[in-house]
Amino acid sequence: MTRLRRLNPTLLIGLAMLALLSLFVGLGQVWTPHDPFRIDYGNTLQPPSLSHWFGTDDLGRDVASRVMAGGLVDLRVALICVAAPAILGAAIGALSGYVGGRVDTVIMRITDIFWAFPFHVLVIAIVGVLGPGEFNLYLAFLLVNWISFARIVRGEVLVLRELEFVQAARSFGGTDRHIVARHVLPNAVTPAIVYAMADVVLTILAVTSLSFLGLGIQPPTPEWGLMISDGREFLFDAWWIATCPGLAIIYTGVTFALIGEGLDTALRPKG
Amino acid sequence: MVGYIFKRLFQLVPVLLGITLACFFLLRALPGDPATLLLGARGGPEEVALLKQRLGLDLPLWRQYWLFLGDIGSGTLGRSVVHGRAVSELVLERLPATLWLVAYSTIIAVILTVPLALLSAVERDKPVDVLIKLVFTILLAIPSFWLGLVLVVMLAIWLPLFPTSGYGEGFLSRLHHLTLPALVIALATASLTIRSLRSGILNVLGSDYVTTARAKGNGTNRTMRVHVLPNALISSISVLGAHTSWIIGGTVVIETVFALPGLGSLFVESIFARDYPMIQGLTIVFAVLVVLINLATDIAYALADPRIRLD
Repeated sequence: MTRLRRLNPTLLIGLAMLALLSLFVGLGQVWTPHDPFRIDYGNTLQPPSLSHWFGTDDLGRDVASRVMAGGLVDLRVALICVAAPAILGAAIGALSGYVGGRVDTVIMRITDIFWAFPFHVLVIAIVGVLGPGEFNLYLAFLLVNWISFARIVRGEVLVLRELEFVQAARSFGGTDRHIVARHVLPNAVTPAIVYAMADVVLTILAVTSLSFLGLGIQPPTPEWGLMISDGREFLFDAWWIATCPGLAIIYTGVTFALIGEGLDTALRPKG
Repeated sequence: MVGYIFKRLFQLVPVLLGITLACFFLLRALPGDPATLLLGARGGPEEVALLKQRLGLDLPLWRQYWLFLGDIGSGTLGRSVVHGRAVSELVLERLPATLWLVAYSTIIAVILTVPLALLSAVERDKPVDVLIKLVFTILLAIPSFWLGLVLVVMLAIWLPLFPTSGYGEGFLSRLHHLTLPALVIALATASLTIRSLRSGILNVLGSDYVTTARAKGNGTNRTMRVHVLPNALISSISVLGAHTSWIIGGTVVIETVFALPGLGSLFVESIFARDYPMIQGLTIVFAVLVVLINLATDIAYALADPRIRLD
């Protein structure tokens, strides 16, 4: 396993931002300034104030509380939508690269074809057929997202399997399973981990856009994309409804982008 | 060159066939049942069976695929359940808006990418480079639908420079209407392409021929103009080509935000209408668009860089 060469400032800032984000979202599960679900018709479209930090929405619900409570859904969906396909893709990529031959050709042709479909289009088509909902998002992203990971890991494995230490393990009589699990995969996953962090950013954007379009998380669950969609009608009179969840998405995205970049610097072999 | 183009066109055949196969079987393999979804709560078992028969969903899968290929061969791509018209007719009506948007946002993306990537590479690790990286890291994290709404409020409502939605008539009016949506897609694209082009230019800057050019006594300006810039422009073709799929995917959400009559908004409408043949046909049309644009960029790249044709 490649060791962390140095903790660079980018990585540290990213991790600090992640700690703050976790605190914000974690706190949102146990305490929010107001009940995120409580409708209050006497208090609709109130601008930000001391009692409502980010104002209230068209149903009088507290925007700040909803942004806090909504973070968990988005983070959970984004992380699972990256982690599950990453594991599947890494396994397929390792198999493809290590076994080679016809298996590799077939798997690579499949990824080539899927590569032609724009990511958003394929995810939306799958969710469209399955119907909206959190579980269907997982399925859609699993079916689409594994491809990048398979390609990255395969590329690494192709190089690694010819290297001396793998040849040495083989000459010592190591089984294929042992060699892949102990020697090849641990070395091949580094670029996949770096890519996964960048992919979290794109996945959060995709998940919130699906919810924005009405194809992801369904109301009344507080969710950032959904809140932006709610606030859309009131952009001119009540800009805060759509602005605050938007800023939360940007903060989350920048956090993972910085971690990805920092990990890239820390893990990339020198030279 | 002609040989290269023919070779590439010939390679297209299995890819296109693969796209139809992948789209067809992926959407069929999903647990959802289009007939039940389409009828919703209204449909009893008899209605569902009738609709299945009408859509050909009661046939064996290979028969359905064969009929589907027939629809593609005849140029209709199937028949929309909601509109009762050929999918291809509706696609052709909506295609111009999407092509406009793709072309316009690509042009803005190039205008943003090339100078900023050059500046970033030349000033590597200096304040300008760090600033460009920071700005585009934030831009990468901005949801495009949100940025679209923010720009509408700022540049269409507060400062009424651009229309809030619509597509316009005539060349100039169209450019005017599409500026905001194209800008949103271009900013999202540039946040990825600047990074790739920057590392491409850094490779050029470290290459032997640039060192040779410098050793011959060329000044920085001449080296940049004669040796670095042309190669950077050529790599920008391939960098943008690699992001075609991203740009086209972006149109789906942005067309909906700006109410543009393109393929993307048609796609979202079809999803809500549960118009299964439309969803299937449009998914293929999007993939074919990506493949064709990639082919065009590859050919442009081969024209600009003779070494490619040898591959």
